[in-house]
Amino acid sequence: MIGLVMFSFVVALAVFAWWIAPNDPNRTAIRMRFRPPQLDRVLLLGTDNLGRNMLSRIVHGAQLSLLIGLGVVLLNSVFGVLLGAVAGYFRKLDGPMMRLADALMAFPSILLAIGIAAALGPSAWTAVIALSVVYIPRTARIVRASVLVVREMEFVQAARASGAGHWRIISRHIMPNCMAPLIVQLSFIFAYAVLSEAVLSFLGLGAPPSIPSWGTMISEGRTYIREASWLTIVPGCAIALTVLGLNLMGDGLRDVLDPRLKIEQG
Amino acid sequence: MAAQPLLSVRNLRTVFGTMQGDVTAVDDVSFDVVPGEVLGIVGESGSGKSVTALSIMGLLPQPPGRVAGGEILFEGRDLLKLPKSEMRRMRGSAIGMIFQEPMTSLNPVFTIGDQITETIRVHERIGAAAARVRGIEMLEKVGIPSPQRRIDDFPHQLSGGMRQRVMIAMALSCSPKLLLADEPTTALDVTIQAQILDLLRDLQREMGMAIVIITHNMGVIAEFADRVAVMYAGRIAEEGPVGRIFDAPTHPYTAGLLSSTPDLIGEVPRLRTIPGTLPSLYELPPGCRFAPRCGRRVEACEAGRPATQEIAPGHFAACIRAREGASA
Repeated sequence: MIGLVMFSFVVALAVFAWWIAPNDPNRTAIRMRFRPPQLDRVLLLGTDNLGRNMLSRIVHGAQLSLLIGLGVVLLNSVFGVLLGAVAGYFRKLDGPMMRLADALMAFPSILLAIGIAAALGPSAWTAVIALSVVYIPRTARIVRASVLVVREMEFVQAARASGAGHWRIISRHIMPNCMAPLIVQLSFIFAYAVLSEAVLSFLGLGAPPSIPSWGTMISEGRTYIREASWLTIVPGCAIALTVLGLNLMGDGLRDVLDPRLKIEQG
Repeated sequence: MAAQPLLSVRNLRTVFGTMQGDVTAVDDVSFDVVPGEVLGIVGESGSGKSVTALSIMGLLPQPPGRVAGGEILFEGRDLLKLPKSEMRRMRGSAIGMIFQEPMTSLNPVFTIGDQITETIRVHERIGAAAARVRGIEMLEKVGIPSPQRRIDDFPHQLSGGMRQRVMIAMALSCSPKLLLADEPTTALDVTIQAQILDLLRDLQREMGMAIVIITHNMGVIAEFADRVAVMYAGRIAEEGPVGRIFDAPTHPYTAGLLSSTPDLIGEVPRLRTIPGTLPSLYELPPGCRFAPRCGRRVEACEAGRPATQEIAPGHFAACIRAREGASA
């Protein structure tokens, strides 16, 4: 529940960014540099080294983080599900596909993402693709595991006995019964994607500097961490709030969707 | 067997590949089913009766299972040689199947109406509304009260007996000529078992289909089947009309099975049991597979596989002493 509230808060910031932001997140005002956060509509979160409004930058950064997270989740729910379902259902493809997934998962994930992002050149799309390549094997694994369980159930056999083809069995009889672990997994992947996007941006491999990003903000503020610590603390808190909210939400979803845990709790 | 058989299984051999090598679960099994007939296949767990049914349907888990030999002729066509897509069209429309576990044989995320109409629409080009009408008709046929309302129920809203009725409705929705029923009543209460068997009997007469019913319950066979095949360790031990098999079993295994079933007429003596257990399929005895447990064993039993002999018209037994008549 708390997770849902926290995540909804971040989503609201992103959706209403144009109303919340006092001004253009990229407008510089040299005379207004390094204003600390104060109780003020405009200067609530202060300004940065170029006098840009931190509140504006944070809410616009939320847009980018959530869009990238959403993109990664969407690509995962298409390709991760497809690959996982195929690997779990057609047993002959399982071995080769899972070994490939193992190989991808053997790389440290952030290193792989950096490699792909560097190869494709920095942009928001690059970040989405790089992070998807990193997380799709994980999603595929989860989906494959549930498909392996569901495919042995009698109603699948019954569907086969009534003449249903492979595609129909996968899409109508197997996948709908694999949704619970998938939804939980996707909520965690969303969290990882937000975090990893910040890392990529921090390293200059994410969105270009013209788009406000939490990772870029931390990277730029790092130089002034002694004099103007809010430049790193504020975006850091934004990342922490989003990731924590998503993780708590994932835990909550798991409790709701996984009947086994419910029994254990009483 | 004057009529042309609907289903003719010839020398079927089904093997499972395992770490210890191939295991023959069904070994040289042959039987015929004529249109409108009920054949019971009875045997212990592991005797190969379910594997026989799955082989006919082409639903063996592959790998490890595969049909290693024989023919399965359905209306004269060998199902084993049909292309996959054609075999798929046969399933559900020409051959239906119902399973043992009604609690798990329905997909929990769809209504029963969705599932019945799905079967119909896989096989026939009809619209959703027409399929729904057919679905309601089928539910009515299998004795589900107020089917107009029930069709929108989810499986968890139905009892086990109701779900088995729904399974039957699904299996019969395209009027198959042959229904394979794999232990359709085993998981149900005794009173519900009788209802389901009566229902199957009525529908079988009404629709004129043939049924192969697989069970380990001699009572179900006595009540339901016209002919019975007794399987033991992957082979058919004895096959014949139900009346004859029950009155005058010639194979010692059949006799043993019957004397281990309580009889409602007269004093109930202590039930006999068959000593020993089913042999492991890895280490089958060389001759008659029942020989190690058989009270009437002679030396010749271990020499080689006993030939199947016709004791009386339509009554076959695979026992070298069958003609002596078995008194268990």
